[in-house]
Amino acid sequence: MTQNALYINYEFCTGCHSCEIACRNEKGIGLDDFGMKVLEDRPRQHADGSWHWDYIGYPTELCDLCADRVAEGKLPSCVQMCQAKCLHYGTVDECAQMLTKKGSKAAIFMP
Amino acid sequence: MAEFKTVNSDGSVTYRTCAWSPPGCHPVGCGLLVHVKDDKVTKVEGDPEHPITRGALCSRCLALPEYMYHPDRIIYPMKRAKEDRGLDKWERCSWDEAVNLIVTNAKAVSEKYGPESIAVFGGTGREGNDYYSTFANCVFGTPNAVYAQPGWSCYGPRASITAFMMGGGYPEIDYAQKCKDRYEDPAFTAPEVIVLWGKEPLRSNPDGMFGHSVVEMMQQFGTKVIMVDPRMTWIGTRSEYVLQLRPGTDTAMAMAWINVMVEEGLYDKDFVEKWTYGFDEMAQACAEMTPERAAEICGVSAEDIRAAARLYGSSHPSSLCWGLAVDQNPNGVQLGQCLLSLMAITGDLDAPGGTILGAGDPHASNAARSDSVADADEARDAADYADRLEEEVYANQMETAITYAYKYGLMTEERYAKKIGVDKYPAIGAVMWTVAPDEFLKALETGKPYEMHMAMIQSSNPVGSAISGEPQRWHNALKKLDFNFCTDLFMNPTIMSCCDVFLPLATTVEHDAIVVPHYSLNMSFFGAERKCVQVGECKSEMEILLLLGNEIFPQYWGQFEDETDYIRKKSGKLDWDNLCQEVIVTNVEPYYKYESGMLRADKQPGFPTQTGRVELYSYTYEAFGESPLPYYEEPAYGPISTPELMKDYPFVLTTGARRQEYFHSEHKQVPSLRKISPWPEMEINPADAAALGIEQGDWVEMASPYGTCRQRAVVTPTIKKGVVHAVHGWSYPEESGEEPTLFGNWRSNINVLMPNSVNGKLGFGDTFKCMICSCKKVDGPGEHASPKESEVYVEPSRAAEFTLAQTWRPATAPEYSKGA
Repeated sequence: MTQNALYINYEFCTGCHSCEIACRNEKGIGLDDFGMKVLEDRPRQHADGSWHWDYIGYPTELCDLCADRVAEGKLPSCVQMCQAKCLHYGTVDECAQMLTKKGSKAAIFMP
Repeated sequence: MAEFKTVNSDGSVTYRTCAWSPPGCHPVGCGLLVHVKDDKVTKVEGDPEHPITRGALCSRCLALPEYMYHPDRIIYPMKRAKEDRGLDKWERCSWDEAVNLIVTNAKAVSEKYGPESIAVFGGTGREGNDYYSTFANCVFGTPNAVYAQPGWSCYGPRASITAFMMGGGYPEIDYAQKCKDRYEDPAFTAPEVIVLWGKEPLRSNPDGMFGHSVVEMMQQFGTKVIMVDPRMTWIGTRSEYVLQLRPGTDTAMAMAWINVMVEEGLYDKDFVEKWTYGFDEMAQACAEMTPERAAEICGVSAEDIRAAARLYGSSHPSSLCWGLAVDQNPNGVQLGQCLLSLMAITGDLDAPGGTILGAGDPHASNAARSDSVADADEARDAADYADRLEEEVYANQMETAITYAYKYGLMTEERYAKKIGVDKYPAIGAVMWTVAPDEFLKALETGKPYEMHMAMIQSSNPVGSAISGEPQRWHNALKKLDFNFCTDLFMNPTIMSCCDVFLPLATTVEHDAIVVPHYSLNMSFFGAERKCVQVGECKSEMEILLLLGNEIFPQYWGQFEDETDYIRKKSGKLDWDNLCQEVIVTNVEPYYKYESGMLRADKQPGFPTQTGRVELYSYTYEAFGESPLPYYEEPAYGPISTPELMKDYPFVLTTGARRQEYFHSEHKQVPSLRKISPWPEMEINPADAAALGIEQGDWVEMASPYGTCRQRAVVTPTIKKGVVHAVHGWSYPEESGEEPTLFGNWRSNINVLMPNSVNGKLGFGDTFKCMICSCKKVDGPGEHASPKESEVYVEPSRAAEFTLAQTWRPATAPEYSKGA
């Protein structure tokens, strides 16, 4: 069986929290819990004056990559609702290819 | 394309629709899939088939069911005795009784004091915007529609100065929003560079722009971004340059960009020659604003200013996105003039990947949404000749309903001329449909030129924390009126303290309407906003318009059977029934509309101005008594203007950067959203914080000569030393709503620190983005805080105009010549 995964281009995760709420809505997760969670590495300036400020949405153990939605031909809820379109769903191979192509600030998650 | 309505195998129904408001939002028209079971919305998703949002959706609409079915939502009409204002003694009543109370009071006030003593307040950018001047002019017969922000400082200035200088509605960055095949369309070229000037489109509530399109283009096309902003933002960290200027000094920066581009020949000589007027004069006006001089004023290195201007000027296509910082600045009319010039002289104005313009409504369907908001075509015509402006505005704003109103005497020309404050500031009355807000507040307080007696408060909260300056003054003034009623969804400080009848509003998925991005000034599509469910006895603003209209002025409003009939009759060539099936109809519009005659009413090539060109030298500005060319003016409060005052208030204060989970004073009661941003936050530089003993999360009291408020500290290097930023829009719905607490309205309300009547010459602009304040660490949020009632410090150059003793048509009202 092909394994699927979630690819995130976190250079462009804007920290909008849409994935968190879309996931809660889809999976009926309570307000204090997360199937998808946006983490923030708060802003700071490097010695050379350039800036660091990253968000990354990542799936927790409550994530099943929206198996039911995918079976109906839909995208996982977080991927569909992502405003920055920085999340992608695919096979591990497809995600790995995207990762290689991107070359930096990207990750693959298998929840 | 999926149908509007799909019945699922479990008996539930999925609707496709487009969003506007309520809850508060601007007309971006995001695509929704609304899942309904047993007449209740169970889930809202983004619509993958929507050509612009393509499935994306922000937290506010994702949390819509929490908002719709919130236990505090008011879903039946309510009334309260006038003597119980400020107390939670509301009683449910029927629509008939509520309407009867409103109509009886309106008639009594009209007969006794004249209809002009009724005011209709509208909020910012909500769907109700399309109706509040109609309620005023064509239901109550009053000229006094009110948008309560000092200097009309949201969108109005940008829309007005665009009309004055070049027409074309509202300039917007090109993200292929008018191309049939979006980014894949062969006509489209992606911008090489986008300048975000005083705007953070990812977090803000853009007036028709889908903000994340900037990130889409950065990813897909490698589009570069330049930011001009006092704050480092997330998108700033992904930008080529971030010019972190001192708040309120933007005009100096923009003049320096023009200086560099002229000096280095980085402009399109052919376009400038053919399509602009006054380039040499503009260049001359900016000649002394070298990057070195701007560097001193703005606190940004001359090297960076030069480099950013060069990158913008030498990249093609390049696009410029202007934000609220243009409006919330008394020098903003000059800033806007410079930014429009920057959009034009690249030659990328209305070019693929440039800054694109609107050609008006091809279906003539504007009237579907209103009987009174200016139609884009006619607004452009109006800009042609300054001496025709007033006349044109009648024509634009009134359309058919006002024709009837004049015919039957509901409105008279004499009464319309009593619209408060536009005699002093005619430029505000030229394009916008309201009173001059700062003057109106004085009139409310003093009864001059005449007493006000009644207010309709439509989707607005002027006692709250979003649009009004010194809300403490609005609070005192509105409390005194004889009768007030509101349309809204939740109780808020304004309603609790001032209103007598509450009419409950339907949300965006509970009523039918048409959503058009940019209020039709630059429309990328027409969206069907459809009723999916009914909640309680809520009605839309359009339904309430018909209901009250039919009672007070049946000669006109009686012709419409219901809201569907109204929409259908007024949707022009845009067939409502077809739109309902399609859900979205893209407004495919060609580029270079100034070449093909699409911008002018006479269908001639060019721009709808007196010269037919983009007027870098503005005859319209001149006609209104403003300089025809830009100049830099220091912020009214700051280290240069008020050095003495800064001993007590040592920080430059900028406010109102958005959080996407909140729309102004709304949404704080929605659990998913409150969880993201639980507290009002002010940002302070680590060095300043250390000097004041402030740590992350501490409560900080900020004060200006006008008042104080408390927010929690975010200690961050993203804000420069000497500058603080505070969020706007905060009260606490979980606290008691009764007076004097009013949902904690005075605790964290940054607008308490903001004066009125600090406007530019044309009447536009305020201090929301360029004020001063002090900061001190405090132990906690504090108990109930009362607004400061003491004497206020008035910035000297404007002291003369800051008088409560306003007289009608004062001798000092600017005379503007009839035509240039």
